[in-house]
Amino acid sequence: MSEPRIVKFEVFRYSPEGAETGEGKWQTYEVPCPDDYVVLDALNHIKDYIDPTLSHRWSCRMGVCGSCGMMVNGTPNLTCKSFVRDLEHPIRVGPLANFPVVRDLVVELESFMDKLKSVKPWIIRKVEKDVKYGEYLQTPDELDSYRQFSMCINCCLCYAACPVMINEPDFIGPAAIALGFRYNQDSRDEGEAERYAVLAGEHGVWNCSYANECSEVCPKHVDPAAAVNREKLVSALQWLHILPKKGA
Amino acid sequence: MKVIRHDIVLVGGGGAGLRAAIAAVEVSPETTVCCVSKLYPMRSHTVSAEGGAAAVAGSDDNLDLHAYDTLKGSDFLADQDAVEQFVQEAPGELTQLEHWGCPWSREPDGRVAVRAFGGMSVKRTWFAADKTGFHMLHALFQTSMKYDRIVRLDEFFATKLLVDNGRVCGVAALDIRTGEVTAVLGRAVILCTGGAGQVFPFTTNAAVKTGDGMALAYREGVPLKDMEFVQYHPTGLPGTGILITEASRGEGGHLYNNEGERFLVTHDYGVGNKAELGPRDMLSRAIMREMEAGRAFDGSYGKYVHLDLRHLGEKKIDEKLPFVRELARNFVGVDPVHEPIPVRPVVHYMMGGVDTDITGATPMPGLYAAGEVAAVSINGANRLGSNSLTECLVFGRRAGEAAVRFAGDCADGDERVLVDQAEAEHGRMDALRNKVGGEQIAVIRREMQASMESGCGVFRDQGSMDATVAALRQLKGRYADIGLSDRSKVFNTEIVQAMELRNMLDVAEAVAQTAAVRTESRGAHTRTDYPTRDDSQFLKHSLVNFSPQGPEIGYRDVTLTRWTPEERKY
Repeated sequence: MSEPRIVKFEVFRYSPEGAETGEGKWQTYEVPCPDDYVVLDALNHIKDYIDPTLSHRWSCRMGVCGSCGMMVNGTPNLTCKSFVRDLEHPIRVGPLANFPVVRDLVVELESFMDKLKSVKPWIIRKVEKDVKYGEYLQTPDELDSYRQFSMCINCCLCYAACPVMINEPDFIGPAAIALGFRYNQDSRDEGEAERYAVLAGEHGVWNCSYANECSEVCPKHVDPAAAVNREKLVSALQWLHILPKKGA
Repeated sequence: MKVIRHDIVLVGGGGAGLRAAIAAVEVSPETTVCCVSKLYPMRSHTVSAEGGAAAVAGSDDNLDLHAYDTLKGSDFLADQDAVEQFVQEAPGELTQLEHWGCPWSREPDGRVAVRAFGGMSVKRTWFAADKTGFHMLHALFQTSMKYDRIVRLDEFFATKLLVDNGRVCGVAALDIRTGEVTAVLGRAVILCTGGAGQVFPFTTNAAVKTGDGMALAYREGVPLKDMEFVQYHPTGLPGTGILITEASRGEGGHLYNNEGERFLVTHDYGVGNKAELGPRDMLSRAIMREMEAGRAFDGSYGKYVHLDLRHLGEKKIDEKLPFVRELARNFVGVDPVHEPIPVRPVVHYMMGGVDTDITGATPMPGLYAAGEVAAVSINGANRLGSNSLTECLVFGRRAGEAAVRFAGDCADGDERVLVDQAEAEHGRMDALRNKVGGEQIAVIRREMQASMESGCGVFRDQGSMDATVAALRQLKGRYADIGLSDRSKVFNTEIVQAMELRNMLDVAEAVAQTAAVRTESRGAHTRTDYPTRDDSQFLKHSLVNFSPQGPEIGYRDVTLTRWTPEERKY
């Protein structure tokens, strides 16, 4: 293996405690990086051998747990999939945009968890079939109609990329809408009416300006923008259908 | 001191934990469950499971066959009553997941599809492409959100079981966000914290797999069972250890050495016609033997063999193994449609764990465990691929229901006694955060991992295991002198790493010591100095108890029902 080369990292540091907190600062580290290092490897090297006070989240380091999303040179990315060799140096690593910072590279995710729950991301049925009668049949085509939207790993890169979130922090956002849509599309589900108020409501799909940034950064190609726009179409048609009844 | 009280306290929010939580609130209309998890539940390592979950599905299959395959895979160390219960409840559990929205791959007629897996004699592995764990975990997590009686403490690290008069009545948990310790009280506690792959340097396991639940129970006097049995998965990516699922072989992938031979066919490694679909312990040994014989490839991260999927074609790879393609392309720059994938054996799973019975109950009143943290045992000396996701469901539900029954029959623990223990933990956390010392966490962790690899790898012998036991003793001594740098209370991950390292040192010692005294080869425990299985002495589970002087080891007979142990040959 070739010798590691020294790469300069500028890492965002912030602590709500103590005198030196303020707005946070960029701290420079020089990290010896083998050719196959990802940004997360470099952060772990800093944590282990240079500065144990650095805080960041990570776990699976194979792009599926969704923990290690950060801004890498200004773009939301999973740091476990961002190869150092592909990036311009110095490499700037910051916390995900559009979320409050808890500490260093760790952001507050409670708002996302609430938004996720608000779309009722579970199968809703009028009558549950007993397990002893077996599975609900679902053809491969029916599976394909929602499968892509079920790939969301909740990494929240789409929220960090979404221009609407800057001014409308209550917008339920790309991932939550994609997951609500995923259940609406599922042939086993009968909960569309229950999700309508949230998906088409004040903080729902109509806030989206269709910048498409969410789909561009999604590491799992969920294409939340497509979900948002298809949900817009569906809810518009439902609204048109429902309106005369309301007025009657 | 903040005190929270619920009926049941759950530690860990992965597949087993969430299944336990849902079972508890569904079986009892008033029960509340508090889920203490050091990471958001959907980040749990269940998310990384790829290939599938086993349960009898087709008309060509039956429960006895699944049981027999599992027992043979276990090298007859699994308890037969537990395995019978497991295979019987498996289909219902996977169907339940289907009802909860898991996007199982389907047959054209809409029924759930099944695929072949190692050591299984017929197709019985249900799958959601090759992201089965991810889909199961998210289906469970999202379903759990339905229930307001499942209360989550996300990013809370359990530091100690709170025990009143021999009965567990809660945990002390560090709120990672604030640095404060909370006393989380309940009338039963369920451990679902997963395994401990991080005690090894090269593992498929996520960073969070540090044996926390095993260590929590062990230090309170609960025995760990069969800890010497560590599964190496035959096919991980060199360097990172990222898992390339057994489904690659289930779908028809082949392994080749550097002479272009399908060595599992051309050489006798005991797997017979199963070839690439032999059990994991045998395949890992075969690959290591190929390396020793000079028939492996050399790379920057040591030797490897080839996993060839090219003959499956792009369409099948994209339909059945899209994640394998994504991982191989991203992490080793290989597109399996056009090139073979470099692979080598990698630490994957702990067969051992907290001693439980088939209800998930441990010997400590009120304490339950399920999933990889537990050893029921259905896995014995070697787990079959795709049994563990199902195990999380079957025994997660069983533990959840048993905990509800237990909690309904007993009074609350003595709050003063329990809160005093939690307050002592608070003091311990403050002291640890401010600790001055000459040793570094990362250095001790690295040395522990290297020592475990050299002594408790695929092939073991007395000398290397004894050296590991001695090294771990010494590392535990050095751990007492660690120093911490981060004095902050807010999201201090250094103190979490310090506690995880302590847990890992205890677990590692249990692995090495039980391995060093099992003088036979069985399943994943393969000794070059004792190459054969010895049923006369070792048709027994090891049980290790914590003591300040070091682990104390005893044995318990394996439960046999209808199957007589036989030579394990495929």
